[in-house]
Amino acid sequence: MSTTATTMDRAAPRHVGGPRSFVERLRDGDEIAHVITLIFASVILLITSMLVYELWVNSHLSRAQFGWHFFWTQTWDPIFDHFGAAPFIYGTLVTSIVSLIIAVPLGLAAAVFLAELAPRNLSDSIAFLIDLLAAVPSVIYGLLGIFIVVPVMRTTIGPILINTIGNVPIVGKFFKGPNYGVGFLTASIVLAIMIVPFIISVSREVLLTVPREQREAALAMGATRWESTWKVVIPWARTGIMGSIFLALARALGETMAVTMVIGNDPKIRESLFAPGYTIAAVIANEFTEATGDLYLSALIELGLVLFLMTFILNGLARILIVATERGGGHP
Amino acid sequence: MSRIHLIWRKSLNAVMLTLTGVCAFAIVSILFLILGYLIYNGGKSLNWDFFTKLPKPVGETGGGMANAILGSLKLLLLAALMGLPVGLMAGVYLAEFGGKTFSFVIRYTTDLLNGVPSIVIGIFAYSLAVLPVKHFSTVAGGFALGIMVIPITVRATEEFLHAVPGNLREGAMALGASKWRTIATVVLPAASGGILTGMLLSLARVAGETAPLLFTAFSNRFWSPGWNQPIASLPVMIYTYAIAPYDDWHRQAWAAGLVLLGLVLLANLGCRAVLHRRGFSRSV
Repeated sequence: MSTTATTMDRAAPRHVGGPRSFVERLRDGDEIAHVITLIFASVILLITSMLVYELWVNSHLSRAQFGWHFFWTQTWDPIFDHFGAAPFIYGTLVTSIVSLIIAVPLGLAAAVFLAELAPRNLSDSIAFLIDLLAAVPSVIYGLLGIFIVVPVMRTTIGPILINTIGNVPIVGKFFKGPNYGVGFLTASIVLAIMIVPFIISVSREVLLTVPREQREAALAMGATRWESTWKVVIPWARTGIMGSIFLALARALGETMAVTMVIGNDPKIRESLFAPGYTIAAVIANEFTEATGDLYLSALIELGLVLFLMTFILNGLARILIVATERGGGHP
Repeated sequence: MSRIHLIWRKSLNAVMLTLTGVCAFAIVSILFLILGYLIYNGGKSLNWDFFTKLPKPVGETGGGMANAILGSLKLLLLAALMGLPVGLMAGVYLAEFGGKTFSFVIRYTTDLLNGVPSIVIGIFAYSLAVLPVKHFSTVAGGFALGIMVIPITVRATEEFLHAVPGNLREGAMALGASKWRTIATVVLPAASGGILTGMLLSLARVAGETAPLLFTAFSNRFWSPGWNQPIASLPVMIYTYAIAPYDDWHRQAWAAGLVLLGLVLLANLGCRAVLHRRGFSRSV
């Protein structure tokens, strides 16, 4: 009892004259605690800047040797030490974009269902399951990809697509040629399944922030439920939805294991989506431990740098868009 | 005319709304498909040997992945030791001490680090922890995973500290406690349940990571004593076994997949249920 009283006595006058002085804060240990946590927070800065530095320095050999040509050279020849990134950049972009084409409509539709139609309880439970889907490790997707998606692609989906879309004038040329089961399209399908949870959970959150009055106004004007969703709610949330798509795209670009296991690993630029290809992440995963020459290793690290920059830009854009919607609504 | 138009609008409404529901349930059913396949295929090949025996040489059937299970645990332990303290303290800084500009920089960098592809983290860990000593090691693998643990821990810590009611702080301050004493004895304990859950979630996430381990921890077909040798881990084993041309290895890959997925999903299920009850549906 008396201890408490004395503490209070000592403490009381200190707070009277406004903020405490630096010396007081130092004596109480506040400044020390501040500095210690600050140091740990700075570790994050240090790690990130060292990451950029290491990628930059260790890719020096390759950057000096190939310069900008690295980006459009199509040969990848470890034996003669000639390296170009074009097939990998192509593969990465094609698989990511095709996976978005598959995943965005599916994910957006599911998000609309969860935010607009489903009762709150059902919506929460489904969102919970979809979060679990996002937690499935990538190597598990790869395992299922190799043993289930690839055979189905070879025997069923592939032939069906070749016989149907393959005959359509313009799009058809992407669906021609031999179908091995592994290739761009298989990788894109697996990727689509992996990124759809991100699109759903972020879009759902964004759709839930659209004010109720917006929907009610549309319904009161005689719009159907679908029209209010399609013409009012989605346009209102479009910036945030774009953000979720960028986030998903960044995931797709950097995804390694599942893609490595189903894309066929062949560094060629081919038009057909059934053809085997290669992505940046996959070539790093496959060849890094086997890279014997310094230049070889350096070229792989430069690929890592390219991948880092791509995801860096996309993540930055995504964050800006999502923050913008959640603050004041995406509506102009 | 307008009557036909109305019918058209109503049927469009019905069709599109049904489609959104179909999409949602189709995507959820993928989760159950994945679980079903793994339980079916993995369950067939899972036996006691899997947990207790070392891998057999190529050509011999049988054997298990005891070394990979222990390896994954050792890597996770290292990741926890390296990543969690940094994440926790940085989170405390952001929630309790941070000024405006510097906090913004830290938050932005944390998000950036969270978005770095895991394979790039692998390159980073390789150039810091493998290249100088010229051999793969457990420590290098743990370091790579440790970096990946940080961002999630920071966000979870910050969010749960912010959620502690202000009057708890004021109560402690009113008793004369200094700021750090308030944080250490009142605020952190109040948020500890949530923070621990967040930490467990971040470990569950890196437990399934393969790419950063490929050229840091590498792999090993035997036990890996100490911390300085290459070490096997469940995800890397699944990868090497799945792409190998042997049926027996495929069976073991399924078994390992079932064990890994089981652990990861159980951890997620528990953590997310706890978070959900507290109203943090989207915190991590």
